[in-house]
Amino acid sequence: MSELLNNILFLPEAASTFAERVDMLHHFVVGTTMVMSAGVGLAALFFFFRYRRRLPAQATEYVVPTLKTEFLFVSVPLVFFLAWFGIGFRDFTFVTTPPKDSMDVYVMGKQWMWKFAYPEGPNGVNVLHVPANRPVRLLITSRDVLHSFYVPSFRIKMDAVPGRYTQIWFEATKPGTYQVLCTEYCGLSHSKMLAEVVVLPQEEFDVWMKEQRRGRLQDRQDALADTSLVPPVARMVEQGQVLAGTQGCLKCHSVDGSQHIGPTFLGMYDRVERLQDGQDVRVDEAYITQSMMDPGAHLVVGYQNVMPTYQGKLQGPETAAIVEYIKSLRTPNVRESASEGPAYDAIQ
Amino acid sequence: MQSSVSTAGAAAPVPRLAMHFASLEVQNHAARLGMWLFLATEILLFAGLFVCYGVYRFLFPDAWAASSRSLDLTLGTVNTVVLITSSLTAALAVHYAKEGKNKAVAVQIALTLLMACGFLVIKYFEYSHKFHIGTLPGRYYFYEGIQLPGAPLYFTVYFFSTALHGLHVLIGMAVLTFSMVRALKKADFGPNNYTMVELGSMYWHLVDLVWIFLFPMLYLV
Amino acid sequence: MTPSSSIAAPGATPAHEEHHDHHPSYLVDGTTIRSWLLTVDHKRIGLMFLFWVLLFFLVGGIFALLIRVELLTPGPTIMDAMTYNRTFTLHGLVMIFLFMIPAIPAVFGNFMLPLMLGAKDVAFPRLNLLSLYIYLFGAVLALWGMLNGGLDTGWTFYTPYSAHTTTTVAPVLFGAFIIGFSSIVTGINFIVTCHTMRAPGITWFKMPLFVWALYATSCIQVLATPVIGLLLVLVAVENISGIGMFDPARGGDPMLFQHLFWFYSHPAVYIMVLPAFGVMSEVVAAFSRKNIFGYRAVAYSSLGIAFVGFFAWGHHMFVSGQSTFAAGMFGALTMLVGVFTAIKVFNWVGTVYKGAVDFKTPFAYFCGFLFFTVFGGMTGIALGTVSLDVAWHDTYFVVAHFHFIMVGATIMAFLAALHYWFPKMFGRMYHEGWGLVSAALIILGFNATFIPQFLLGNNGMPRRYYEYPERFQALNVASTAGASLLAFGFIIIAMYLTYALVYGRAAGKNPWRSKGYEWLTESPPPTHNFVGPQPTYPEEPHFYVDPKKAEVPDAV
Repeated sequence: MSELLNNILFLPEAASTFAERVDMLHHFVVGTTMVMSAGVGLAALFFFFRYRRRLPAQATEYVVPTLKTEFLFVSVPLVFFLAWFGIGFRDFTFVTTPPKDSMDVYVMGKQWMWKFAYPEGPNGVNVLHVPANRPVRLLITSRDVLHSFYVPSFRIKMDAVPGRYTQIWFEATKPGTYQVLCTEYCGLSHSKMLAEVVVLPQEEFDVWMKEQRRGRLQDRQDALADTSLVPPVARMVEQGQVLAGTQGCLKCHSVDGSQHIGPTFLGMYDRVERLQDGQDVRVDEAYITQSMMDPGAHLVVGYQNVMPTYQGKLQGPETAAIVEYIKSLRTPNVRESASEGPAYDAIQ
Repeated sequence: MQSSVSTAGAAAPVPRLAMHFASLEVQNHAARLGMWLFLATEILLFAGLFVCYGVYRFLFPDAWAASSRSLDLTLGTVNTVVLITSSLTAALAVHYAKEGKNKAVAVQIALTLLMACGFLVIKYFEYSHKFHIGTLPGRYYFYEGIQLPGAPLYFTVYFFSTALHGLHVLIGMAVLTFSMVRALKKADFGPNNYTMVELGSMYWHLVDLVWIFLFPMLYLV
Repeated sequence: MTPSSSIAAPGATPAHEEHHDHHPSYLVDGTTIRSWLLTVDHKRIGLMFLFWVLLFFLVGGIFALLIRVELLTPGPTIMDAMTYNRTFTLHGLVMIFLFMIPAIPAVFGNFMLPLMLGAKDVAFPRLNLLSLYIYLFGAVLALWGMLNGGLDTGWTFYTPYSAHTTTTVAPVLFGAFIIGFSSIVTGINFIVTCHTMRAPGITWFKMPLFVWALYATSCIQVLATPVIGLLLVLVAVENISGIGMFDPARGGDPMLFQHLFWFYSHPAVYIMVLPAFGVMSEVVAAFSRKNIFGYRAVAYSSLGIAFVGFFAWGHHMFVSGQSTFAAGMFGALTMLVGVFTAIKVFNWVGTVYKGAVDFKTPFAYFCGFLFFTVFGGMTGIALGTVSLDVAWHDTYFVVAHFHFIMVGATIMAFLAALHYWFPKMFGRMYHEGWGLVSAALIILGFNATFIPQFLLGNNGMPRRYYEYPERFQALNVASTAGASLLAFGFIIIAMYLTYALVYGRAAGKNPWRSKGYEWLTESPPPTHNFVGPQPTYPEEPHFYVDPKKAEVPDAV
């Protein structure tokens, strides 16, 4: 029943405890609205027909409502509206009051990405891992302008306000991947400020968490170890490709030559670029690394200083892997102008 | 489309009655009601600033106390006295207008204008002192004396509200000057025709009233 | 007859002499351009407002179509992201500040208010003219800013984004600030007119309901507009010089901005929709030849909406981090607005009861209006139901909701008023058949545009998205298709009304046989509204009882 209604109303899958409550009230409100407006509409249509004009200057009776009629006009809507409000406010209190045992995640909005941090665990950009069937409290803030954290499948939303923390909580009921959208207009790439929530069963989440922590440790040890232990280049390119996705590089940098918020990775390596201070720079390993750690230091003409620093977020080998990945995207015959139509390779 | 009823030579100067009003009383009533409504909008204009003041005072109590102390209380008090006195002379102008003493009207308004100028001059000295020591709004703030967070915000509110009030002083002066010139040139204010002076005076009282709120808010509390 | 009415005004001499006992209508009394531009006749000012308001409606409509075309595909379609952001900002600004706020009050209010009160003009005719020029000056300033750099903040100007954006914020905000003055002046004028200019016999509770609605609207305009005026100036100064009033980096509070913004902008919604309610009260009474069922209830509910509307602004901020208690209070107060609106809806339907319905074009718009009000109103109640708003806030559901109630209802009323009062204003009739066809097209097109948007919102598509995930595409295409239907309907209206303006048959004094007060004078009225003695008003407006048995009103 509710599945069918959800399909008619185009509601996405309900994947949190709050979503179930919201949908129930939603069906109640929409159902009543439909019935009531059908009632009003049919009454009106009936009147239009029954009391159609018969003479051009027809006289009519003088009809005024009795007190009882007026009372009905006021009380019936009032009762319904207050009932809905009562239920709605109860659910709102529910979603703004996190349970005591909930897991905390810090969420920071920034033009145009979401960053997630666990109190004692790893950080993530644009991917939030949470366990299923466990309350998760989000402590949300923003670094620049207003954003709003919205997960349609959980039916939750909360603004990210610079200078203060807001909170909301949810308990995901089904493992899976759910989209996060920014719903407070935040500038040029507002519509690209997407992220996802990955809901894992508790055991898998624990494993993931352990891996993340070990990974950090491992990286630190690797960095100290002999450079000969660094995996071969081919392997690093693969790693870099994965990292570029998980770290959110590809949110702003394309790999197919199209212009985006940041310059495309395609053909970037070894190119000569004009900097904003007028100097030229050859894009080599050093420049790429510096741009990741201190993005605002040397900006290429035509780009805004919007990239966050990855200082402390990437370990040495990870940085190297991303650099290798960018290097791998260097092709000598890439056209840098706009495409003039489809170009097909001959079938061999 | 206001047509003047020419009653040249008649004893009492009669004001112009616009053709669409039923009678003179209605016309004056309409003018006064319109003015009251306009004053209501002015009060709401400042109410928005008062809300900002209240919220930030609540958020930064220490900075606001310290910043408030840094203002010159003597100059503020003198200004308050000057402005309240000018309201008295504006009220007297209405009184004389009702009696048809046009000379007295002009003198009272001139006194009001004089005090208004005095108010603005004192305000100028206060402003220039602040520009000198650096208690300025937002990012222009460079005063070493108060380094609390929220102090620049205090001066944002201070400058914005006093400047807005100063603008109202100037508008009020223009309106009153208009009445004064009329009292001198045409000298036709009288028991039936004093609405113009009355409206100008009402506006002036509003300017005064706003200051009576601003003074304790900014200087005293 | 008042003593003063015999006094001739220079330049507008009542033409007893020239036109052998026939008074020229206001349209031809003075034909120079100067006689139009410097007129203080409320009817001519109303017409000039009509011209500009329609022009800006066209501009806003073109922006709307551009937005819809851009959203046809998930990726970029016809413009880049920056252009899109500017386009929806301009669409919102033009439609709200330049079209909807002045649409009904400044055009039909100006024209009808004195006629309905038996007055010769509004209380302050010169201020009335001034309000037109203030409006135009503000509009020019705002449009200049929009064309020279544009504004990309959305019409809500939320800080801190609006404090930092490099687009031209200041001229647009100053423009909107100046337009606010026009709104205030009109409001003061109408209130004073209602208080002082009522003809003998018209008591407060014999005022037509359109006048009641305008009175309530004017109260909102006078009380709320100064706050947004101050706020716009603060943001403009902030954007230019960084005084830090609402910038968290300098200790400012963006939430304070939102509170102040919605303190005006929520009541502003009622500035747009209350006059629409008033128009419809007139139309339904005239076309079903019935007194309004529950006249006092409708009049009081207008005031009720205006009053409660001032205390419901926080429902725009349920997910902004305000306290749960505040959200609850604002939610509960929002429900009261719904109750007042419901009273009106029931009373309109009740008016038809035992009436005599003539299904003409304005009545067709009344049907559309009823639908949009019920649906838009109910979705508003749903949005005010706090927990549902958590899911719906800032999605297309909200967009569809306010387009239904604010735009749908207002456009229906605007078109109904245009058709109902067309003979009154121009003395000519339009083609009834085309009227009904275009009404059907517009109502269908409007639904086809915005019902998919309700579903998009349910599905989770946020507002102000330049690109969107592919799953939203089907509904977006449906919405764009509906928008083109809507545009088509408006083109038909523009064509047959322009034709009627020139070639339409003469309408006569009262083609609808309406007993609204405004029809007691000629159509189109002479310059000072009444020829000879002022009409008397022994009956209440829209009194259609057979004089022979007009004794015992029975109650239902």
